[in-house]
Formats: sequence, structure tokens, C-alpha cells
Amino acid sequence: MHLPYYIGLLENSEKQLAEAFEYVANHHHDEPDIEQMCQKLSAWSREHHGKVQRFVEKYSEEKSNEPSKLKRDLFAEKRHSSLTLLRDLHDLWLLTQEVQLCWVVIQQAALGLRDEDLKACYTFCSARTKRQVEWLLSRIKQAAPQTLLVAE
Amino acid sequence: MNQTRDSIQDIWGPRFGYEGQWPVRVDERVEEDPDHWVQSACVLCSNGCGMDIGVKEGRIVGVRGRAVDSVNHGRLGPKGLNGWVANNSPDRLTKPLIRRNGQLEEATWDEAMDLIVRKSKELLEKHTSSSIGFYTSGQLFLEEYYALGIVGKAGLGTPHMDGNTRLCTATAAAALKESFGSDGQPGSYSDLDTTEAILHVGHNIASQQTVLWMRVLDRLAGPNPPKLVVIDPRATYTAEKATVHLAPRVGTNVPVMNGLLRLIIEAGNINQEYIDAHTVGFEELKQLVAKWTPERVEQLTGVPAAKLREAAHILGTCNTLVSTALQGVYQSMQATAAAVQVNNLHLLRGLIGHDGSGIYQMNGQPTAQNTRECGADGDLPGFRNWGNEQHIQELADLWNVHPDQIPHWAPPTHAMQIWRYCEQGSIKMLWISATNPLVSMPDLDRARKILAKEDLFVVVQDAFPTETTALADVVLPAAIWGEKTGCFTNVGRTVHISHKAVDPPGEARSDFDIFVEYSRRMDFRDKDGNPLLTSTWQTTEDAFNAWRECTRGRPCDYTGLSYAKLTGDSGIQWPCNEQYPDGKKHLYADGVFSTNIDYCEDYGHDLETGTPRSKDDYKLIDPKGKAFLKGIDYEPPHEEPDAQYPLWLTTGRVVFHFHTRTKTGRSRELHKAAPDGYVQLSTEDAARFGIVEGDMVEVESRRGKVQEPARIGDIEPGLIFVPFHYGYWDQDDRPRAVNELTLTEWDPVSKQPHFKYAAVRIRKVNA
Ligand code: SF4
Repeated sequence: MHLPYYIGLLENSEKQLAEAFEYVANHHHDEPDIEQMCQKLSAWSREHHGKVQRFVEKYSEEKSNEPSKLKRDLFAEKRHSSLTLLRDLHDLWLLTQEVQLCWVVIQQAALGLRDEDLKACYTFCSARTKRQVEWLLSRIKQAAPQTLLVAE
Repeated sequence: MNQTRDSIQDIWGPRFGYEGQWPVRVDERVEEDPDHWVQSACVLCSNGCGMDIGVKEGRIVGVRGRAVDSVNHGRLGPKGLNGWVANNSPDRLTKPLIRRNGQLEEATWDEAMDLIVRKSKELLEKHTSSSIGFYTSGQLFLEEYYALGIVGKAGLGTPHMDGNTRLCTATAAAALKESFGSDGQPGSYSDLDTTEAILHVGHNIASQQTVLWMRVLDRLAGPNPPKLVVIDPRATYTAEKATVHLAPRVGTNVPVMNGLLRLIIEAGNINQEYIDAHTVGFEELKQLVAKWTPERVEQLTGVPAAKLREAAHILGTCNTLVSTALQGVYQSMQATAAAVQVNNLHLLRGLIGHDGSGIYQMNGQPTAQNTRECGADGDLPGFRNWGNEQHIQELADLWNVHPDQIPHWAPPTHAMQIWRYCEQGSIKMLWISATNPLVSMPDLDRARKILAKEDLFVVVQDAFPTETTALADVVLPAAIWGEKTGCFTNVGRTVHISHKAVDPPGEARSDFDIFVEYSRRMDFRDKDGNPLLTSTWQTTEDAFNAWRECTRGRPCDYTGLSYAKLTGDSGIQWPCNEQYPDGKKHLYADGVFSTNIDYCEDYGHDLETGTPRSKDDYKLIDPKGKAFLKGIDYEPPHEEPDAQYPLWLTTGRVVFHFHTRTKTGRSRELHKAAPDGYVQLSTEDAARFGIVEGDMVEVESRRGKVQEPARIGDIEPGLIFVPFHYGYWDQDDRPRAVNELTLTEWDPVSKQPHFKYAAVRIRKVNA
């Protein structure tokens, strides 16, 4: 059974996402909406990470460290200029995709297992992941033309 | 000096207790007997009182209220009666100014316009139209906004257009769109004539719209007075008259409103039939408010549970209800979420669309409604939806341009973001009209640094020298109210015409002429090569007629209105068209709202994150004319008092002034009545900090400091209040503009900044 692996993957990726939102909040104090919203969305991921713990315990221990590599790779390059914000949001979006996909995979398993708790957890968390994705996308769309066409 | 009443001594004048038909009382104040009167309306707040301008030998000599007008029945308040003298002020701007070698020097119109056009063309070529932004006002006339809207959206094609309306009424528009699918106030002022109950949330109506408050006072003095519920952290004039006054802690509007709705639902005081037939989202809302028991509300907001119950009883059992909300809601945490709770209250009870019931998501400024309607801000003309290709096509057809010329790839840039792009240097030209951001923007130090930037070319169009014109590269002298003809719409959808009474001073020109001239000089053309504005427009009346076409079939339908029809009688409410030739008192009388997917102005937002919903997602939930019940849970303010900054600061207005006092500060009477800023603090805090009445107090936040004389009393301990009108143009011996202290952050949906709270500390600076 590879469910534990995926729960580990999920747990890790929510954690990376929470940290990444926090990181972006802290690097964009001059963009008050970014700072506030990334803090809020970081809190969401932290909460999800907490909720997943009991399933980690329930279904075992096997940990994955793939997403932490992902985050390291994503936020690796040094960024300055007005491209920074767009690139940071871009990388956040990539991380949310990892989380979203983990949830999809786990939901399938939860249905098969008839684990009502896991299903409830999925329903609650993945709905919010979707809202994280949507916010990022809308903010990226807003920033894109100005960044690409006008900013130096 | 002749006046029918002294509005400085007695703000609201004598009482005429009534129920049903509000009696007429004509208020008048003239310096000399006029030779003739010219029809207009007051531009010193969103009430838009019908007013005649008295003229003698080409000069304005006074005003009187228009008895026939449905808005004010002849009455005027202190600002209306006294503010007009500003037109005659010797310090009007009368010549264009250009900055040369660091100094603003007089120039000709030709030189000034030529410089602006050269700069614009250079930027267009090098950096695209997205390097140019406009920051306008709630003070122009609708023809001027529409001209500006077309110049910006079809001429230049820049997404960066907004106004100071973002600071004042963006949440009004947002809340109406979220609930009903489109902007537009559902009711009429005449609802106050019969209503059984009134709710004012964060709206100090007695100071803000003195004439509307006269109507309420007259009802309170007549038979069957309405019950009055007031939600405001301060003991305002409005709160003094309340049947129940709830004084929540700053930033806790959402829990109070959630608590009220819970009690009303629990008591069964809802109209289930109406809810089922005309709304969506009831179960979610019910669940959301369920946990807000009166005890929990009390704990968080400081509003006693018993008082909350009393208020819920009034609001839950009245057969008719008029509610209003303003800055106490709009400029605070969770602005849009709190404002829609007022809409929810009416929807849950079915109190909408009939005599006696109305909602006012209030405006502050006289023509803010038109900024929103005409597309001079972040909205598209005629309440069109930027996410709806069909709506964009309609505009493209009207203007005969390619649809892609009109920016609609993302939500139009809101004011705070425009300023941010200026700060970062990607907007390189900012054109400011009829507003004084260097007193009215939050976090003034930041705003000043932005306008002072070398690489930002700043054009300011105003009637007076201000803190803002001082930092401009080009200053254009503008003609104002009384010196030009045009129309504007008050908060109650009532359209007035304001005729030209006198010539502008010196070389001042109307904003309309300036925008049209810019368009001509930029040589903006439509698809067929015809000049964009000037081929069809000579006068403002031409512009009005073009605007009528733009509104055809939209909620704000003006097609039944004309200059002739608006002249002579009362103002008229939109929609005014073939079906409703005399305007329409109530929107949504049939319970059908503007939410249909092809018709709505907006697809709605995630109230918590502010993410706009896409058309595809809206398809899945298209409520086809039902209204939305929406809400979110409480979230604490982002800055709260702590050990370092132990007090809450809140800001607001005084009765005798408007905005940054560029007009009202030039009336001797209004100035004398309220000559300076102050800090209001409670007796407890005064004792704690060793402050007595009149002491100079330094107020400091993380962003700046001001010094204000102390006024003690009528406020909760822990909270202090400073009015926002006072800046530096007439007195610069100490820092005194309260926005030195306020925060740069905003509501995620309406993008309106949070002026209503900041953490501060105080100390006495002299005895
Ligand atoms: S209530 Fe407003 S519109 Fe009416 S007179 Fe006073 S300032 Fe003018």
C-alpha cells in the first residue's frame, strides 16, 4: 500500500507551501495586498498541515522529501527588479499544483478505503487549496502586463 | 448678508414633524440681492440637494434651496449655504503653470497642453499606454467623466484609471454588485417619509448629509416616529437620537452584523417565501452566522448582549426599514463583507423594492455615482462587466474602435495599485483631476515621496493651489461648479442639471474642455479615421446625449433624460426611459435582480481573498435574477494596539467641512465654525496621559506623527479620533494631517483603504 507515501508527500508539500507563502509575504512588505494575503494563505496551509497529521499517524510514517527539493529549486535563483513579484507568485502557483494533485490522488484512495474522516479532511482542505490557486492566478494576471510590457 | 436661517449656530434648523409628505422649507443665503437665479444642485456631499445659484453682475452672490426638488424640498445645510463663496476666492488658479528649473511658472494653455501631449506621445511610443495613469475624483460632472473614460479607455487604452472614489465609496459599489449583480441603490429618499425603522451603520448622517438628517429629525418629531438603530463606536450627533445605539470596538462590524442576523433568523423574523423565491445562499449564511451568539458578540465587540437583542428585535419586527452604511463600514476591516450583511438583512426580511424600504450603500462625494457609471474609475461605462466580451463589444461599437483597444484583460487597476506602479516607476505619468491626494491618501509620507519622484510626470488639474499642485510638473486651472454646465447624480440615483451661472476666473477651463482638447491634440481616432470625441461632440449636451446611448438597456438607463427635461423642475431618478418616463423609485420591485449572466456588472468575488469569479464559474451558479446572500467570518484587524502603540486611532469628518477644505476652508463662516484639527479622547485616557482640554498632543503611529489640540469626552476609552480635513495649504506650522498616521492596506474586494483604524500612542507636548 502506497497511501502512506502520498500522505507523506502531501504533508510535506503543504508544509513547503505554508513556508513559501510566508517567505513571499516577508519579501513584499511594499505590496500590502501581497503581504496580507500571503500571510493568510500561509495560515491556511499550516492548518491543513496540522489536519493531515492524524492521517500520517494513522497510516504510518514513510516520509517523502521531494517537495522540499521542489521548493528549493523554485525559489533558488536570486531575484531583483519588478520581475521578482511575478516570479514569486509563479513559483507559489507551481507549489499549489503539487498540493492539489496530492489531494486528488488521496481522495481517490479515501473513497476506496471508505475513510470518512479522510474524506472530510479532503473536502475542507482541497476547497481552500483551490481558492489559493485562484487567488494566485488572478494576482498573476493582474501583474503580468505591467511587468512584462512596462517595468524595467 | 441675508439669510433665512443661521446654519452655523443651528445646523439642522427648525423642526417640521411629519409622516407621509415632507413639508417644504426654503433655505437661502445671499450676500446681495441677485439679478437672477440659475438652476443647479449642491456639490458638497453625495446628497445632491437641488439649489439655485444667485447671480448679480456676473458674480455668484448666494444660493437658495429648490422647493420643487425631491431630494431636499428646499432645504440646504451649512456647507451648501456657505461653501459657494469659494468660487469668488482670490486664490483661484487662473493660469496654467509649468515647472521650469524646479519652480512652477505661469505658462500659456498652448505651452501646457503641448508639453502634456509631447510627454504622452513619447511614453506611448517607448513604454505603451500602460505607463500613463489617471487619478480623478467624485467632483466632476458626468459629461467630463465620460469624456475622460473614452480618452483613457479608447484613446490611450490604459487600464490605469481610478479616482479618489476608491477611498470613499468603492465598497458601496462592491457591496451592491456582490448582492444584486450591479451598482445602483435600490430605494428612494421618500422611503424615509413612511418607514417604521432606520438603521445607520458607520454612517454619521447628522454630520455628513445634514439635509437628509433633517428629514429623519422631522420624522422623529412627527406622528409614528421610526425607531432608530445606530451602530457607531462614537457618541455622534446621530447616535444621540438613537432608540438603540450599539458602540462596537473598532474593526468589529462583521461580528455585530452576524450577531444581528443570527438573532433575526433564530426568532423566525425572516420572510422564507421571499428568500426561497428571490435569493441564493441562505443555508450557508445561516450556518455562518449561527455561532455568533449575543454573548460571543459581546465578548468580542463590547456591545452588550441585551442591546444587541433590542436592536435585533427592532430590525426583525419592523414592516418597513431604511438602512444606510458609510465609511465606518467601508474604510474598516472586512469592508465589503460587512456591507453585504446590511443587504442580507433586507433580503432575509424581504424589505426591498417597496415604499418605506430601502438600502443606501452611501456615497460620500456629490458625483461619485457618475465616476462609477461613466467609467472614469475602475468600472466600465454603463455598469458593463469587464469580464463579459459582449459588453466590451458594445462599448467598442459605441466608440467605433476595435474591442482590444479597450483594456479588459484583468480587473482595471485600482487607485492604490496605480500609486504603487508610480512608486516602482512603471507608471511614468499621472494625471490628477479635482482631488488633493496629499491630504486624503493614507500614509502621506509615502504618497508625497511618490509624487516628488523625478521620473514621474505629474499633471494636476484643480481650481486652487493645494498640497498636491505644489508637487506637479504641470498645473491646469479648472473651472468648477457654477462656471460650467453639466449633470450629476446623487447617491439616490437622482440626476440633476447644473447650469453655468458665471464665467470661470482668468483662463480657467472646464475639465470637459481640457479632456476634449487633449483628445484633439493627441489626434485620437476611431476605426474609420474620424476624431474620437471631437467629430461628434461640441458641447457638454452632445456628450450627455452620447452618454444616454451608452446607458441604453443598462441598469442606469438615462435614455429618457435630456437637458430640457432636467431643466425647470425636480431632479429625476434613473432608470428613466420609455417604460419609466419619470424615473423609477424602487429597483427590484419585482424581486428580479441584475444578476443574470449576460446582464450583471460583475461575476462576484471570493469575499475573503478578493479573487474575482470567472465567467465560466459564474455559469455554474448563474442565479438568473436572484440576489446573493453572502458572508464571511470575522477576521481581526492587521494592526492592533500593543504595548508600544496602545490606542486605537479612528478618523472621520466634521459637519462644517468637506474633503481637504479646498472650498469649505475658504468660507469665513465655515472656517470659523471649525478652524483646526483636534484629537478627541476619553476622560479616562486624558487622565491616564495627563492631558487636559486644549493641550497640544502628539499622536504617533508606525508611519508618522501629528500634533493636535485635545478635546475630551464622548468617545470610548482606548479609542481616539482625529478629523481628516486638515492639511497644510492654509497652515503649515505643525504636522496635522491625520493621514500621516494611517495604513497602506485595503479591502480585498473593493480595494478601499482602511482609514478607520491604526495603532497609535500619544503624549502631551506642551501645557
Ligand atoms: S446636505 Fe450635502 S448636498 Fe445638501 S446642502 Fe448639505 S452639503 Fe450640500
